[in-house]
Amino acid sequence: MKITFPQFGNVYIAGKAFLEELGHEVIAPPVCSRKTLEIGTKHSPEMMCLPFKILVGNYIESIEKGADTILITGSCGPCRFGFYSLLQDNILKDLGYDVDIIVFDHIGEGYSKLKSNLNKIINMKSMKEITRSAKLGLDLIKRTDNLTQLSNEVRAYAINKKEVDIIMDKYYIDTGSVHGAKEMIELINQTEEKLKFVKIDRNYTPIKVGIIGEIYTIIEPFVNLEIERKLGHLGVLVEKSMTPTSWLEHHVFNYPFGSKEENMKYKLAKPYLKTLVGGHGRETIGSAIYYKNKGFDGVIQILPLNCMPEIVAKSILKTVEKDLDFPIMTLVVDEMTGEAGYVTRLEAFVDLINKRKGNINIG
Amino acid sequence: MGLDIGSVSTNIILIDDKDNLVFKKYLRTQGKPIDMIKEGIKELEESVGEKNICGVGATGSGRYLANIIVGADVVKNEITSHAVAALGFNPKVRTIIEIGGQDSKIIILRDGIVTDFAMNTVCAAGTGSFLDRQALRLGVNISEFGDLALNSKNPVRIAGRCAVFAESDMIHKQQLGHNQEDIIKGLCEALVRNYLNNVGKGKEILFPIVFQGGVAANKGIKAAFEKELKQQVLVPENYDVMGAIGAAALGRKKAEEQGYTNFRGTKLYEKDYKVNGKECNGCSNLCEILEIFEGNEVLARYGDKCGKWSP
Repeated sequence: MKITFPQFGNVYIAGKAFLEELGHEVIAPPVCSRKTLEIGTKHSPEMMCLPFKILVGNYIESIEKGADTILITGSCGPCRFGFYSLLQDNILKDLGYDVDIIVFDHIGEGYSKLKSNLNKIINMKSMKEITRSAKLGLDLIKRTDNLTQLSNEVRAYAINKKEVDIIMDKYYIDTGSVHGAKEMIELINQTEEKLKFVKIDRNYTPIKVGIIGEIYTIIEPFVNLEIERKLGHLGVLVEKSMTPTSWLEHHVFNYPFGSKEENMKYKLAKPYLKTLVGGHGRETIGSAIYYKNKGFDGVIQILPLNCMPEIVAKSILKTVEKDLDFPIMTLVVDEMTGEAGYVTRLEAFVDLINKRKGNINIG
Repeated sequence: MGLDIGSVSTNIILIDDKDNLVFKKYLRTQGKPIDMIKEGIKELEESVGEKNICGVGATGSGRYLANIIVGADVVKNEITSHAVAALGFNPKVRTIIEIGGQDSKIIILRDGIVTDFAMNTVCAAGTGSFLDRQALRLGVNISEFGDLALNSKNPVRIAGRCAVFAESDMIHKQQLGHNQEDIIKGLCEALVRNYLNNVGKGKEILFPIVFQGGVAANKGIKAAFEKELKQQVLVPENYDVMGAIGAAALGRKKAEEQGYTNFRGTKLYEKDYKVNGKECNGCSNLCEILEIFEGNEVLARYGDKCGKWSP
């Protein structure tokens, strides 16, 4: 059994190490690239959202590298993600790929199926071994998320911002060659060390921008055209409203109560949106208010074209923007997104915030 | 000097130290921005001589390219440039409607500060290129387009939600036998509705409203805006080069601050620039790398994601 799973920001780093600890052979999906998107677009229904297309591209690239089993999580919220696994299974079968798709559905969808799927993965290991691997995997997810956030912070202050990019690029390349959790943690430690030596401007006060919106587009850098880097180069301190860590805390560790942070966001969103609208629509609104309260200077909402929950949120965010007097910009991404227009919007947004803060006195 | 290298037009202007426009050149980019920059600068030198150019600002989607060739002190996005220029035209301005070749924007200002802006997201209906194309289809010169619209007494209603549907609806109205003026006016109104519903959605549009960008030449669109907003819409004299004027003002300020300019001199039009595109096979991103040569010397390389080519 050669396992693969879709790209999802840094999750592959932890996912790979976790499955390797369980004794599986893992084919980590290649980093998302234009080729991934081309393959995905070709084999997906046109009106499907961008994440779906990227995932299909991921699978096919991994299958060509030898994978025969795909791991994916499920969902039961009113968002198309819940149907991904079924539709993608059909697409892959139609294309003649003989692969096994293992779906981890939400516990609410029934325990027995989840248990049998889990059994396929845990490889007959003892409970102790599983707990150990799981703990390592979760640690890794947290560490990778922290590392990304650290790089974002350092980049905002760095005198030469390219230095941070070079360190991070090297880290991403090296993640492919290390094996198991221990080596991975060692690599993360080394990278953190390197980031600490980047020269920074201590007197600089960066503007702070939160990234909110659809979870996949926030987390996967290829899909959001590396918004964290682009903003970092403009001297902006970026924070993402959702990370794989926060997702796990909400949906797994604190099931069925939900994590503190997410519940607070529901509460914040309540005056505007009382109910679930699918996906992370409600969280998006809550996050916008959360960042305002946290003293951020603005937020950017990212959504894949025709993502219904985020469209609902987008319409409501206009009111939030007005009520709180808080800059909110929406960016829509799909396979047609042009980079030039994207950069223009980011630059203008940063200019706008700077002017509101009085950092620049003309214009 | 200000340069605005847009998708449809390349504008080069000169302002003096009192913000008076000394030179203005509006060229059609026609997909050849480098040639147009050279042509514009050549004309600039011919008409005003080799003036002392103290600062340069570049804007528009081709601003990075312009920077490489001309050497700019400021490379600024269009939103800020347009806002700066509009404030120069009318310091009290509270709304800027800007419709260019490929994108349309709305900029909201309060007390001389940009407080909000929006750009068209995924659709280019209602921009200059679309109007260009429809004028061509109707066999009308784009410069007469607006005047024709004003002659209409009974505009037809055209579905303007999307460029493709607008076009098929327009053809349908043509085939029904509506006269040209009515169709043109209908088109103008449809575009304005589309703009206000898309770009201008949820924005508080307050007087004074300044309308700029190439499309502001179109009297039909201006009239349609006034009808829809029930307010006067101001079109500055140099509506078509406002971005360049804003960039020039920013470039001058920056050059004053730093005490020198990066400008490479007006003689640059005599040099030969070549662009060489190639695909990098270093990874699966297959970035398209552009190399810009001045003679045999590489001026710049860009287009990569990883920093292998660009400095």
